[in-house]
Formats: sequence, C-alpha cells, structure tokens
Amino acid sequence: MSVTLNPAAHTRIVPAVVFDIKRPQRMVERSIMVARRSWMVLLSGFFEPFFYLLSIRIGLSALVGDVEVGGELVPYDQFVAPGLMAASAMNGAVFDSTMNVFFKLKHSKLYDAVLTTPMSAGDVALGEIAWAVLRGALYSTAFMLAMWALGMVQSPWIVLSVPICVLIGFSFAAIGMALTTFMRSWEDFEYVPAITLPLFLFSATFYPVSQYGDWAWLVQLSPLYHGVVLVRASNLGEWSPALIGHAVVLVVLAVVGATVASRRIERLLLT
Amino acid sequence: MDAIASPVVATGLVKQFGDFTAVAGIDVEVAPGEAFGFLGPNGAGKTSTMRMIGCVSPPTSGSLRIFGLDPVADGRQIRARMGVVPQLDQLDNELTVMENLVIYGRYFDISRSDVKAKAKELLEFVQLTEKAGSKVDPLSGGQKRRVSIARSLINDPDLLLLDEPTTGLDPQARHVLWDRLYQLKERGATQVITTHFMDEAEQLCDRLVVMDGGLIVAEGSPQGLIAEHVRREVLEVRFGYGRNIEMMPAVDGVGDRIEVLPDRLLIYTDDGDASLSELHRRQIVPESALVRRSSLEDVFLKLTGRTLVE
Amino acid sequence: MNVTVQHRISSWGPSRVYLRDWIYFKRMWWSVLIGSIVQPLMFLLGVGLGVGELVDQGPEAANVLGDTSYFAFYATALLATTSMFVLAQESLWPTMDGFTWSNAHQAMISTPLNATDIVFGKMLHYAVRGIVTSGGVALVLALFADTRSFGLIPAAFVGMLTGLAFAMPIAAWTATRTTDNSFPAILRFGIIPMFLFGGAFYPIEQLPTWLQPVAWCTPLWHGVELCRGLVLGGLSLGAGLGHLAVLLAFIAAGILAARVTFERRLRP
Repeated sequence: MSVTLNPAAHTRIVPAVVFDIKRPQRMVERSIMVARRSWMVLLSGFFEPFFYLLSIRIGLSALVGDVEVGGELVPYDQFVAPGLMAASAMNGAVFDSTMNVFFKLKHSKLYDAVLTTPMSAGDVALGEIAWAVLRGALYSTAFMLAMWALGMVQSPWIVLSVPICVLIGFSFAAIGMALTTFMRSWEDFEYVPAITLPLFLFSATFYPVSQYGDWAWLVQLSPLYHGVVLVRASNLGEWSPALIGHAVVLVVLAVVGATVASRRIERLLLT
Repeated sequence: MDAIASPVVATGLVKQFGDFTAVAGIDVEVAPGEAFGFLGPNGAGKTSTMRMIGCVSPPTSGSLRIFGLDPVADGRQIRARMGVVPQLDQLDNELTVMENLVIYGRYFDISRSDVKAKAKELLEFVQLTEKAGSKVDPLSGGQKRRVSIARSLINDPDLLLLDEPTTGLDPQARHVLWDRLYQLKERGATQVITTHFMDEAEQLCDRLVVMDGGLIVAEGSPQGLIAEHVRREVLEVRFGYGRNIEMMPAVDGVGDRIEVLPDRLLIYTDDGDASLSELHRRQIVPESALVRRSSLEDVFLKLTGRTLVE
Repeated sequence: MNVTVQHRISSWGPSRVYLRDWIYFKRMWWSVLIGSIVQPLMFLLGVGLGVGELVDQGPEAANVLGDTSYFAFYATALLATTSMFVLAQESLWPTMDGFTWSNAHQAMISTPLNATDIVFGKMLHYAVRGIVTSGGVALVLALFADTRSFGLIPAAFVGMLTGLAFAMPIAAWTATRTTDNSFPAILRFGIIPMFLFGGAFYPIEQLPTWLQPVAWCTPLWHGVELCRGLVLGGLSLGAGLGHLAVLLAFIAAGILAARVTFERRLRP
C-alpha cells in the first residue's frame, strides 16, 4: 500500500514537517513583495514608540523622578522605555501571528494555494514566523533609535536589545501561531487581548517588581517579564548569570510554539 | 506501471473524513495528453479526488500514483510537475497580477529572470497583459480565472488539474477559457477537469467518468456515454404544470423511454420528428413540443437522479 | 409563499438600521461588558496603583496634582479614553464593512431607508456601545474609595459623548474611503497622540506651552476634564458647560458631515 510507506509519518519526537523544510525563504520573499508597497505603514511604526516615549519624558518622568533598580537610581523614562520596547516586540509578533495568519489560513486561502506548489507546510510555518521576526527586528531598531533620540539610552550595550527583542518576538509569534491554529472564528480572537493585556501591565513594565510585594512570584510566570528583564539589563549595561535563565524561558517557549504550530498547520491544510 | 505512460493511476481509492466517506473506492487511469473529466453533482466526491491527486489530501486507503510516484511521500516532486486551478480562485489579494505569477514561480524555485519572462508570456496567452500591474481584487470573475490559469502554467506542468474551471463565468469568458484549454491540450499537457457543466465536458474532455455518492457510475467518451445511456434525440412536450403525469397512459409506447417532470414529459427516441408525428396521429396536442439532440446532461440526470443534493 | 407583507414606510428608520448592529451586539454584549469592566480594572491595578504609588512619592506630586491622588487623576480619565478607543475603532472597520465588504448599507438603501436613517442608526449603535463601555468603567471606579461618587453617573454619559465626538466625524470620513489603508494611520497619528498628550496621564500644563492650545482643540481633553470634574469636583459650572458644548459641537459637525458623505457614497 503506497499510503503507509511514508517514513516521516512514524517519527514522534520531531514533527515530520521539520524534515521537510526546503525553502521557507520564499514565504519571506512574498511578504517583502507585499511590504514594499506599504512601506509607509512600516515607517509610521517608528512614530508610535516615539510618541509614547515622548509623552513619558514630558509628563510622567517629571512626576515620578528616579526609580530604584538593583540598588541603583534610574530616571523613570530610562526605566520604563525598555519595558515598552519588550512589550511592543510582543504585541507586534502576536498581531502578525494571530489575526494575520488566521486571515491567510481561513479567508484568503493563501496557504492552500502555496501548498499546491512544491512548498511544504513546514516551509509556510517557518517562513511566516521568520517574517514576523524580521519585521519585529525592524520595529525594535526603530524603537531603539527613538530611545536614543530622546536621550534614554544609558549604555552602548543597548544594541543587544534588538536581538533580545527578536527572541521575544520569535517566542510570542510561535506561541501565537500555535494558538491560532486552534481558533474557529474571529470571535475567538477576543481572548487574545485577554492574555496579552495582563502580560503587558503586570510584567514589571511600568514599575519595579518589588512593588508587587507578596505577588512578585506571580510576575515570574509572565513570559514577557523575562524579556523585560533582559532588555532593561541591556540598557543599563549590567549583565549577570541570572539573565541566562530568563533567556532560556523564552527559547523554550519558541521551540514548543514552533513545533506545535507546524504540526497543526499540516493537519489543518492537508486533509 | 510505466510512469510516463500514465500520469494518474488510482486503484480502489478511498477518502474518508471521520465517519463520512467522500470517495468510496474508485479506479481511474488517465493517459498522457488526455483531457479527462470528473462529472457529478455537488458532494459526489470530485473535489476530494482532485485534492488527493493534487497531493494536498492523503488517501485513506487504496493506491494512488502520480507520474508513478506516491503522493504522500513524494508530494514535493509531484507538485513540481503539476499545475492546479482550484475551484475558488486562491489568488494573492495583496499582490498585483504580475506579482502573483512571479511569486508563484518562485515557489517552484524558478529563477527570478526566467519567471518574469515566463509570466509575461503567460499573461499574453490569457490576454491580460494590460492588467499586469493591477491588483487582483478589482478584476472580474473571468479575469481572475484567467490569472489562475496563467499562474497554474508557470512551471510548464505535465499535468494540469482544473476544478470547475468556468463556474460563475459569463459565456464570453467561458469560451475564451475553453479556447485556451484546447490550445494547451494540443501542446500535449494532460488535463484532469471536474465540472458540472455538460457542454463543458463535451467540449473539453476526451474521456470522462460520472461520479455519484463517491463512486464511479459510468465511464466513456461523451459521445459513447450518450449512445450507451440515452437515445439520439429527445422530444420535450408540455401539457401544463402538474398535468403531465395524467398524459402518461396516452403517450405510452412513443419513443424508447419516457420521463415525467412536473413541467414536461421527456421522450427519449432515435427520431424526434417521427415520435412527434406519432403523437399527432394519436390526436394528442401538447401546449408545446420541442425536438432536440440528446446531451450529456440527459445522461447525467439519468445516472445521478434529479433530486437536489446539498 | 403564504406570508404576506404590507408595504409601508417606517418613521423609525434609524432604529431599523440599528437593528442589524443590535443583533450582533446582543450576541456579544456579555463579552463587551466584561471587556469594559475587566480591561479598565486591569489598567487601574496595573498602571493606576503601581505608577500612582511612584508618583505620589515623587518630587512633583504635590505641585502638579495638589491633594488629588495620581490614582484618582488617572482613573477618571479612563471614563473618556476607553470610550474614545472603542468608538473610534467602531467607526472605522465595522462601519467600513457596511460600505464595502458586506455591503449592508447598500442593501439598506434599496429598502425605504435613506442615508440619514443610516447615519442616525450608526450613531445609536455607537451610543449604546459607548454607554456600556463608560458604564463599565464607572462601575469599576465605584469600587475604589478615591473615585466613589455620584458624579460617576453623569460622567459615564460624558464618556459616551466623548466617544461620539470621535465616532461621528470619523464615520463621515470612513464613508469617503474605498480601502482601509489609511485607518491605522488615524489611530497612530490621531487617536494615540491624543491619548498620550490629551491630559489623561498628567495635566496639560506639563506640556510645552506651544502644545497646550493644540490640546484645547481636541475633544478628548474636554471629555477628560469634564469627567474628572464631575467625579472629583473642582470644576466651575461655566467651565463644565463649556467642555460639554465643545463635545456636542464635534458630534453635531460629525453628523452633518456624515449625512453628506453617506448620501454621496450610497447615491453617487
């Protein structure tokens, strides 16, 4: 029987699609083709962090004064900017990997068309995650430049904030895409902000984790918190071994998400 | 099995979705250069069969060979030699017509310069050169369909799958498409077509199968099927809505077979004019009478029934 | 075909238009209400309390806010900003849907309904959506001693009016568009800057002097000031009526513009 002779169908630990990734770059090529025409939207993406940071600098920073981080006093705007940078990496990746992917999956049937060519489900999943990450890197660079323009950068190590945000983006894009494959209709997306908003607000984004008091342990559960800690460290230029643990959390999420996503996409499209 | 001899060979092919059986065991062999049709009402299993041939739907059981290869294990190699025109256009709405063709070619790993030249040539072929820079959305249904066909040809496919290629198009657009598909056939591309338009099947297909309830109920050339299942001509007579059935005893014996519909009687016969004379001889005067040649549609309705399936 | 209908022209056109939105809303109202209670609650716990603590300990608090806590200052602004966000978005994509994707407005205009019915029908929809949103915020504010006041009741309505002051002009604009390409820019360059610089997070006196008159021209600032005054006091009757008049003027201008653009779009 020809049907049962597929060797890849018997692998369990590594999903079959992982063996079948040849040209994910073609999906990225497509996204670049689309983005070329809407470069204005990309450009305007620079202004959003700029407005936020400017508003904080003008108003809140003066009201708050300095904040204590690890025994050191940091001006409030320099404290909060890395938090917002990490959060925007998360939000961008989540949008790209949920609403955007769902639209292509269910409405425009883009992936159905792609899969009639020699492209595989693995190519599609990895290609789309890669594009989300690439776009995230652009936005994060814009964010970093906005911080620099407003004098919120403390250490040259800040350049590392871009790869850190790429990692944050990768993790959330992978998880978001995996969740999207379980969504049945647009109404299910109401639950997305129900997850991302608490993450945004309770990840030590706006004030030090010490302010949570007895609840501080709960913040550890937020994946974004681990990202915020890393970006903040890069802005202060202060590195410690504990940061490795924070990075590992994000990497694990990325791997789990990507695995589930490519497996599910194959199941959904190849029926 | 010689791969070059038969692009598609299916034996006992079955597709189930949970408890539902879409394709219930079919045997099909498509010869190279042939235009092969799947006919059938909605839900007959045509699209499921097409998706299995297109390597995007693993068969539940039975054997399927495309170019002599296994669609599950060798999907990539098979799809590289195939062009697909899906039932609903799956064009990339975010891109222009030209870009649609170019990126599609890139999925086949065709070099950028080659694919651009090829895309230009194909747009000319489907008469859409002036729309190259337009987005897909504002195009008419017929234009979108032509883009889909051009796109499916970007890799010079050995096998072209067309799922209801002209559904929803106006007569002009249909004829342009038929013309293009005929040209492709002359160039030697094997075509597998599904349709529920009988005139289309008669126009396009060398050979076809009629599917119903996941099974093949008839197979042959369009002319062969007409000869086998119905007579050469049909006499249609009307006696007023609902009163046709009362006329059955009086009409009995005219022609070879009579079918009663609420609005008319269909008399299958080798000579329609002779049958009409017979009615007049019996002094039966219908409200209207029409003699026409039998078509595949009559075969189809005979084999798959007149009940709406949906 | 045994059901017969009478041919008549309803004098309640807008309510018929609204019916369609109401059917959607009815299916979703629970999640809308939960959203308009849970979301502000999270913002209050996440930003209001935490940042509030920082500000109240900060060097400038007494100077800038007087004896108002930062929590109360920020919380009262939410009455207006939440409704602004909800209704601004409602007047973009879901309104566009009626003109393009689902063509619901075209379908309505081929019945005895006219463009003005559709404008007021949409307004009814925005108003219901707005009062549920602001009402949810008011309920949350009633939980906290700093903001518990009967002023929350009129303030909820002011929140709704603030939302309408955005929704009506934006709906008029939406009716002139054939694609949604410009919509993200409206949020990015219109709504978000107002949210950030319109007096919600800190008094506009903190802004550079040249920017302050710009803030005076935005409906958000008037809405925020009025909500804050109603709940926390300290606003004169004259100033209050002035803010209210500005909000109503924006709504009226939006209605007039929308009547023209809807008519042009639907009967070109």
